[in-house]
Amino acid sequence: MKKILLGDEAFAQGALDAGLSGCYAYPGTPSTEIMEYIQGSALAKERGVHREWSSNEKTAMEEALGVSYAGKRAIVCMKHVGLNVAGDGFVNAAVTGTNGGLIVAVADDPSMHSSQNEQDSRAYAQFAMIPCLEPSSQQEAYDMAAFAFDLSEKHQTPVMMRLTTRLSHSRANIETKDVPAPQNERREPENPRRFILLPAIAKNNVKKLCEKQADFVKLSENSNFNKLVWGNDTSLGIVATGIAYNYVMEAFGGDCPHPVLKISQYPVPKAQLAKLMGACDKIMVVEEGAPFVESQLRTPLEDARILGRLTGALPRTGELNPYIVAKAFKLDVPEPRPIPELVKNRPPRLCDGCPHINTYQALTEALKGYDSAKVFGDIGCYTLGALPPFNAISSCVDMGASITMAKGASDAGIHPAVAVIGDSTFTHSGMTGILDAVWENSKITVMILDNGTTGMTGGQTSIGAGFLERICQGLGVDPDHIKSIVPLPKNHEENVKTIKAELDYPGLSVIVSKRECIQTLKKKK
Amino acid sequence: MRKDIILAGVGGQGILTIATIIAQSALKAGFNVRQPEIHGMSQRGGAVEAHLRLSSEPIFSDLIAHGTADLIIALEPMEALRHLDSLAADGVVIANKKPITNIADYPPVEDIIAEINAIPGSKVIDADGIAASLGNARSMNIVLLGAATPFLGIDSQILKETIVGLFQRKGQDVVDANIKAFEAVAK
Repeated sequence: MKKILLGDEAFAQGALDAGLSGCYAYPGTPSTEIMEYIQGSALAKERGVHREWSSNEKTAMEEALGVSYAGKRAIVCMKHVGLNVAGDGFVNAAVTGTNGGLIVAVADDPSMHSSQNEQDSRAYAQFAMIPCLEPSSQQEAYDMAAFAFDLSEKHQTPVMMRLTTRLSHSRANIETKDVPAPQNERREPENPRRFILLPAIAKNNVKKLCEKQADFVKLSENSNFNKLVWGNDTSLGIVATGIAYNYVMEAFGGDCPHPVLKISQYPVPKAQLAKLMGACDKIMVVEEGAPFVESQLRTPLEDARILGRLTGALPRTGELNPYIVAKAFKLDVPEPRPIPELVKNRPPRLCDGCPHINTYQALTEALKGYDSAKVFGDIGCYTLGALPPFNAISSCVDMGASITMAKGASDAGIHPAVAVIGDSTFTHSGMTGILDAVWENSKITVMILDNGTTGMTGGQTSIGAGFLERICQGLGVDPDHIKSIVPLPKNHEENVKTIKAELDYPGLSVIVSKRECIQTLKKKK
Repeated sequence: MRKDIILAGVGGQGILTIATIIAQSALKAGFNVRQPEIHGMSQRGGAVEAHLRLSSEPIFSDLIAHGTADLIIALEPMEALRHLDSLAADGVVIANKKPITNIADYPPVEDIIAEINAIPGSKVIDADGIAASLGNARSMNIVLLGAATPFLGIDSQILKETIVGLFQRKGQDVVDANIKAFEAVAK
């Protein structure tokens, strides 16, 4: 069948066509569309494929591992920083090994279009000692799903699927299978004790994992996703990974005079690299993300002839594009027209009618008169409160950090210390911070902005929305200091009063500011 | 045949809808398609762009190289200029006239229009005005798509069929309104 799909969707369709039983995920740009596609798929519905959002990436990772334990095929999807949250389960799933096929799909965001950093997940796969696939096209993203499940089951290892923004969020025409493969039957692991990571068992597992590494290199060397295309001009050899390969081909118009090694499966294929490096004088490494392969090639003896992001041949940070890559090869390309000076920046902003606007207005007024007040922000649309006209928050670091940073700042004497966190971010990683603050009755004011959805990523399920007061009570917050407000202009004075009263309370208080996201409200109409 | 097109505008204007229409039509016409776009944070009232590459040959890069785009379709005039670094020496701009002035330092609109008109073959169209006169202000993006159609290298009948398919579930009235909008400039 011919289809036109985003890279994320192509992978999702590939997984469905390869007999997927469960998709687990927490929304995060640019990975969100994988789960959304499966949620909208008739095949997934017909087969009863699991397709509900999880509380965070760690719970998603472990739920997917549970599916694998039961012998069925699962994918777990997240953005790159989500893998930090899932890190414990991820690294240890490599130690237990898998039963049913397990793919960890991680979408990296070089250039940080919607992220706090541009960490490269290939390094995580290497750290966990598992194979990693990095598609260069939507077709490969589709094909790799079935390949990765087979690999995972045959070698009892999770497999990482590393996507990047410009593949995840780019559509292309692809060919898909007409008949999807059947789902796995439930099948207990042959050696179930390998899932019990007691030291005695774990020691053996880690040894086995190390022994698999040579096999993984062989797999990369024999992989159809890696290919060495020879060229006569060996003054330079090129290593290009994932979508960076496309930029190299684009730059040379599909006809490159130099030998090119395309890498889309890791660990790196040593035999092909040795052949390339043996024949060529210099090596240019072109990769979307960190200088991951480049660093592996850059041994003391080879250092001088390796070019890439670490030598300035390519920019050290940010995503690549065909122009940057063509320039790196000193090719003759059209010079871009200048952008007229009158063009002004147009940064993202809170939508007209957004409840966060009213919450920030009330909070800002309540904080007037406190010289040393600090507001610790979190990850969500409300992070835009950092920009004018609000200039309302002092930090945005990682999911849940608003509460815990406010607590630490309060421990160090800052008062008032306020945390601003959304409903979905709160249930993702905020609840444990509240427990810490309950235990010490920390003098912080936590504002939970409950708009009933995971707004920034486009309005996905928010598991705790609507009963956050009860969650906070359950966590041990004094019910007298759990307040609810409705962020509307007509309630402004009253809301300011409520917030002010809690700022003055020398202990933990939670204020839930509750009004539906204007975008999800519009969609319902 | 090969066309490299930049679509530009402000979050919420309907860029991704016209990107989808062109991409699906190109597929029907037998072309290879690549269409990268921006989701997530930058969509919130900020500048939004999509690239669209159509070719009868295989396409390598999802992104269009600087200085090589054949066409910029902009739903907002200043956003057309933001992507001039992508436009080829002989490329043209089709831009909507109505500015979205949701920033404090928005430049004088006449200066923006003058910059666009200085690019040979380019057109500034009052797509909002035309859509409103047709009684369906929301079809502004489809009016502009109609204006850009002669530059796309795709038969307008195929584009029309795609529009019908896309809006069908919203009822015949919506389909008719969008077809009218699509044909407004051509007529």
